[in-house]
Amino acid sequence: MSEHFILPRGDGPSLLAVDDLRVAFGEKQPVKGISFEINEGETLAIVGESGSGKSLTALSIMGLLPAGGTIAHGSIQFEGREITTLAPREARALRGGSIGMIFQEPMTCLNPVMTIGAQIIEALRQHQSLSRKAARARALELLDLVRIPDPHRRIDDFPYQLSGGMRQRVMIAVAVACSPRLLIADEPTTALDVTIQAQVLDLIDRLRRELSMAVLLITHDLGVVSQWADRVVVMYAGRKVEQARPDAMFGNPLHPYTRGLLNASPRLGDSYNYIDGPLYEIPGSISSLAGDRGCAFAPRCAHVRAGCRDAVPALATLSHGRQVACPVLLSEENRVTAVDL
Amino acid sequence: MTSVSRAARTAWRTGLHAVPTALGVVVLSFLLLQLAPGDAVDVLAGEAGSATAETMAEMRAHYGLDKPVGQRLVSYLADLAHGNLGFSPRYNMPVTQLIWDRLPGSLMLAGSALVLALIVGVALGVLMAAREGKATDRVLSVLSLIFYSVPAFWIGLMLIVLFSIKLGWLPSGGSQTIGSSATGIAAVLDQLRYMILPTVSLSLFYIAIYARLSRISMIEAKGQDYVRTARAKGLGETHILFRHVLRNALIPLTTVAGMHVGGMLGGSVVIETVYGWPGLGRLAYEAVMGRDFAVLLGILLFSSLLVIVANAVVDVLHGIIDPRVGGNDATK
Repeated sequence: MSEHFILPRGDGPSLLAVDDLRVAFGEKQPVKGISFEINEGETLAIVGESGSGKSLTALSIMGLLPAGGTIAHGSIQFEGREITTLAPREARALRGGSIGMIFQEPMTCLNPVMTIGAQIIEALRQHQSLSRKAARARALELLDLVRIPDPHRRIDDFPYQLSGGMRQRVMIAVAVACSPRLLIADEPTTALDVTIQAQVLDLIDRLRRELSMAVLLITHDLGVVSQWADRVVVMYAGRKVEQARPDAMFGNPLHPYTRGLLNASPRLGDSYNYIDGPLYEIPGSISSLAGDRGCAFAPRCAHVRAGCRDAVPALATLSHGRQVACPVLLSEENRVTAVDL
Repeated sequence: MTSVSRAARTAWRTGLHAVPTALGVVVLSFLLLQLAPGDAVDVLAGEAGSATAETMAEMRAHYGLDKPVGQRLVSYLADLAHGNLGFSPRYNMPVTQLIWDRLPGSLMLAGSALVLALIVGVALGVLMAAREGKATDRVLSVLSLIFYSVPAFWIGLMLIVLFSIKLGWLPSGGSQTIGSSATGIAAVLDQLRYMILPTVSLSLFYIAIYARLSRISMIEAKGQDYVRTARAKGLGETHILFRHVLRNALIPLTTVAGMHVGGMLGGSVVIETVYGWPGLGRLAYEAVMGRDFAVLLGILLFSSLLVIVANAVVDVLHGIIDPRVGGNDATK
């Protein structure tokens, strides 16, 4: 296995600390208090299904919540500095400067009427005082860095002339143009072909090492998590339900939702046509905006007990920074011993 | 593909298309105009009041109006091939010269109205989009709806009432002070004064259209993913507005404005009549009333050529604004 199991990267100094973040849209709170830290140089994955609040969490860090959304509570500290209360000017210096972000849809995230070079140069010149010529030279370097073949020919191309994978590479070049400390990747491969996904994630991981940045990887793809993340946060209905190292999580999921997710993933060795039975699915659907009493997963949970619907279960912290918000499974003693896998 | 080679290709293609189009316009118009009762001689005779059947027949023979339709069409087309648009019985001068005399007035009016409409319309649209849903947006939306629905001649008359009659600031009609001996800058300024009211009346309708169109396309563009990307780069709002939002919002506007170039020449018939502006529109109106079909055909031909040229220009502009248009090298 790779080296980080011996020397976990997650043990570096903290780069980003999110504490009890709540995002509100009027009366509704799609993010209901989430806390996590990202250490320098590590890849933290946030997993969860659509509507779990993972993208809103990422956008809060960028200060790019959609219209109507506000940070109702909590703090976000980046390099020890509170960034939720920054003046617009300072926030802009952070965006694209110290924190870069790439999005899910490379087809629509690039401006269709500007050349890709112009879009990279624009980001460079916003944060660094470069001459046009120097910025163009740097843009060529960046295109080379993200492995766009023949950058000299490609730099004056428009986005429509590139494939989806190429566009996502350009997006990555834009995001890392100013050597950010943190790269937020919001479902960076969801819209891409499976064969391209691995290439893009490999690229992000290589850049993480070369540029010594941390990566916040938002995804719903557990395969991605197992291969590229140092730590995983599982979100459900706006809250963190479990946090673990991938190997621990895959080996021994402690929250019923995490278990459900793992069971719902197809596995190598399963018959292709599910002759032995259909692929497991978690019953019901997410209702993050429903009543706030009790565990949000209780209506869909196979292990639900009487107490589950009364109060939101607290996050219990176990060894190695592992956290889980389900007292029911934890109380099963045989599991507690297995936690430290 | 560079925009120069694109422009050259468009010019070539336009030239190829222009000939059959113009020919079709001329033949169709010629035949349609035969359906109108009476001819130029009827009108001239009616105005003279003392014409006899013999003099009328003589005049028809003189202007070639006594020949069968087919023969007249062929001889008209033959003349056209030599660049001769015929002769106007009413004005007693060649049609080509008539049109050349009136063309600058029309182009100036339509051109200035289009430029004014684009500048003011886009500015208002940007303002409305920025204040979406607020009082400014609401008031401007209602105003633009009013100017969109009110007919141009009524606006023209009301402007005359207000600025010429009540306030006495601007002349009510014509194109320059009669008997003015001003030269140089003074003459230009004098003409500008006469242009203001017709230009404004003609452009108000288009201002309303462009304001509403640019408002909606600005709002749409603002919600696009690439605008979020621009924010994620840390760009300033003004930069985002002009480089990312406006640039994309202008694409539908060029299409619509391009189609209006032809319409504006037509629309100026009313305005030119209201303000006594010496342009093609008024000439066309007078030609219809005088059954002066040679003039009318010439104007129709000219207008169709203008529309063809305007479309070609818009085509080229479109390619510059939106690189996706006409780029057939999508996948290299």
